[in-house]
Amino acid sequence: MDFARHLGAAEVGYGGSARLRPLEFLPWILALAVYFLAPSYLALGSYVLIMILFALSLDLVLGYGGIVTLGHAAYFGFGAYAAGVFATNATGDPLPGLVVAGVAAGLLGLATGAVILRTHGLALLMLTLAITSIVFEVASQWSSVTGGSDGMHSVPITPVLGLFKFDLFGKTAYLYCLAVLLAGWWLVRSVVHSPFGMALSGTRENDARMHAIGAPVYQRRLIAYTLSAALAGVAGALLTHTTQFVGLSVLTFELSGEIVVMLVLGGIRRIYGAFVGPIVFLVARDYLAKQSPEYWTLGVGLLLVIIVMFARGGILGLVDALVGRAAGRKD
Amino acid sequence: MEFLSGLVSTLFLGLAYGAVLYVISVGLSVTMGLMGFVNLAHGVFAMAGGYLVITGMQKLGLPWLAALLLSCAAVALASMLLERLLYSRLYGAGELEQVLFTIGLIFVAVAVARLAYGTNPVFIKPPEFLEGQTRLFGRSFPSYRLAVIVFSAVLIAALWIGLERTRWGAMVRAAVDNRAMAQSIGIDTGRLFTLTFALGSGLAALGGALGADLIAMTPTYPFEQLVYFLIVVSIGGLGTLRGPFIGALLIGIGDTACKYWVPQFGAFFVYAATMALLLWRPQGLLGRAH
Amino acid sequence: MPALETRALCKSFGALTVAEKIDFRLEAGARHALIGPNGAGKTTFINILTGRLAPSSGSVLLGGEDITRLGQSARVKRGLGRTFQINTLFRELSVLDNVALGVAERTGIAGRMWRAASAHRKVRDEAAALLQSLGLADDARRRVLDLPYGKQRLVEIAIALGLKPSVLLLDEPAAGVPSMESTRILEVLNRLPAGIAILIIEHDMELVFRFAKRITVLVQGQVLCEGTPAEIAIDPRVREVYLGEGHG
Repeated sequence: MDFARHLGAAEVGYGGSARLRPLEFLPWILALAVYFLAPSYLALGSYVLIMILFALSLDLVLGYGGIVTLGHAAYFGFGAYAAGVFATNATGDPLPGLVVAGVAAGLLGLATGAVILRTHGLALLMLTLAITSIVFEVASQWSSVTGGSDGMHSVPITPVLGLFKFDLFGKTAYLYCLAVLLAGWWLVRSVVHSPFGMALSGTRENDARMHAIGAPVYQRRLIAYTLSAALAGVAGALLTHTTQFVGLSVLTFELSGEIVVMLVLGGIRRIYGAFVGPIVFLVARDYLAKQSPEYWTLGVGLLLVIIVMFARGGILGLVDALVGRAAGRKD
Repeated sequence: MEFLSGLVSTLFLGLAYGAVLYVISVGLSVTMGLMGFVNLAHGVFAMAGGYLVITGMQKLGLPWLAALLLSCAAVALASMLLERLLYSRLYGAGELEQVLFTIGLIFVAVAVARLAYGTNPVFIKPPEFLEGQTRLFGRSFPSYRLAVIVFSAVLIAALWIGLERTRWGAMVRAAVDNRAMAQSIGIDTGRLFTLTFALGSGLAALGGALGADLIAMTPTYPFEQLVYFLIVVSIGGLGTLRGPFIGALLIGIGDTACKYWVPQFGAFFVYAATMALLLWRPQGLLGRAH
Repeated sequence: MPALETRALCKSFGALTVAEKIDFRLEAGARHALIGPNGAGKTTFINILTGRLAPSSGSVLLGGEDITRLGQSARVKRGLGRTFQINTLFRELSVLDNVALGVAERTGIAGRMWRAASAHRKVRDEAAALLQSLGLADDARRRVLDLPYGKQRLVEIAIALGLKPSVLLLDEPAAGVPSMESTRILEVLNRLPAGIAILIIEHDMELVFRFAKRITVLVQGQVLCEGTPAEIAIDPRVREVYLGEGHG
């Protein structure tokens, strides 16, 4: 059955409940524990938090919307560059920078979404690749603004709220990312539980049926896509703010693929899959890829094949199945 | 005239590039149209073709032609195994599963290629009888590339005849048109898929090996070239032979021309043009609307 | 004024004509059946009525208003509901959610993003009441794909009812349902609100004759004849069409 039912997370749906369950406090407790107990890992920790936000944005579109995209890095990267350009040319204040990045990425999401959501399947997938490629080319060629293949170094970011300077140990960065993630998580959770979120799931489950109940399917998908793009852009901005750097690596097909892998690994359409996936993936990568990058790539490939063949629900799906069996329930 | 000379060069190079793209992508178009399976890992077969020829020539001391034939046969056989063991389990699965699976395959292939051949691009030395230049219409053209174009033309013709005249071709056309109907009139679609998949993969290997001087043979080949193969197949339309032909020609010449005449925009035009086309006709130029 | 009407409705796919000058009237509160041999064009007709397919010529009127140019959603908003011949449900969602989605669209709350769906009690209660009236209350929390086929057919009907349609088009409601469970479906059909105009397409003649007050016979895209069940039963042309068609 549902991880939800067994271990008490909230249940989505008109017959469910959106109340916060005890287990949902766990990720935040863990995050704070890392802050206090593992201060030397805060740089990795910030990156993980950023990827969790990125994965949450993707879950909205892929997990709940059912839109298979390999181009979500376009919005992440666009937000990252928007933040970099804004900080360099306007003000280094990170909070307005987040807003600018979110709005910019959201607008790109709206413009591109309006166009690609008229298609589906291979054509749509193709277009997501094409869009990322175009944004990459623009960033790569427009070096006067973006720094081209060198990227933008030493982006001037001023203290958060004028008080919290980004220190060398990454403490401010970590808490900053955590706070933004909290907001992003709350947003995604609210949307998923809302009637809009239910309708979005409806468009995924049965497109024909949604039309037959009078739903404006295209419009709903477009809103979800735009929101998702904006969130991805905010995540990208976080990266720029915390590392004071933007480079072309934020716009690669590789990143798009990685975030899909991370989300699927954790389990799509579970909100918390977007937490588990990046944590497991990035921690494993930090440890293993140093030993041998080729074997890491090989391992990820095999993992993907195994997930598709045997564990489509990812880690949380497996946990579900195990807990279900332990509780003696029959499906 | 400078301009005319540049135009001819561009056209020639574009044709050669398009020919290679065609040989590689035709298998992808047919199998995607036939099985409805989003196979993003098609580039892996092209890459394998190229690398195996290197192994054949350097490790086994085979002459170019023998290495080429052996490599294609090996890839075709390996692809049949893959299809029977793995791909066939996912025919009914959703798009996300197919995408994830094939990306997983790409990762595995890229890692193996890096481990076996290192990260630098490798070059396949063409055989002596194709080295040098040929004079045609008062101009010199690289013989190897000319041969690739000619060979591809012959291949295209052979494929067309095969599809139109043979029983296999008739079955493929029927199954592309309506799989359920084809099954109900007794066509063994399982075996048809396997054979067609093997043929498509073998051709991809051939294209990869032949085109190694046009499309660099590196371990990240399947990632880098994926967009191009998908573009060729998407704009042409799935499930046909003519579709990827038009697609390969347009992309081959278009991309070469853009890189030559407006290099600062790089591949921008190709992507933008693809977007525009897919928006106007999502099923591709020759595909069938669903 | 009829609840639903077509005038000279035609549809061709190239050289193939699937609907030819169909003049059809569905009165308010009707219990009307559309029958005909396979390939007669019945489902195509429904698809044109609902807006999934555009006619080649002719017009469709809903409550006197010309809706020929309107899309599916617009027609649904004006009170036209339908069920599908093959279950077209939200399989992974619960039965309650399946119905609630339709109710939410109708009441206009489906686009809201901030409050949780479960907080919209009125939608939930209305969906639950609907399930109760169809005998599906016990299955409200179950996923649709876990239900037996016959119950899934009922969920089809429940979703359509949640739209509070003035006209309901049912495409083979008993299709694929074992005969034991089809009596259940007939019961449900007979208890449908009297104000709704209902048109069913069916092959199950027993169901048709026990449910319908009027029957239209469609053959090769044309209306062969129309009348009360008694009239249709003895019409020689109808017998000829169904000769050798098994259970009739």
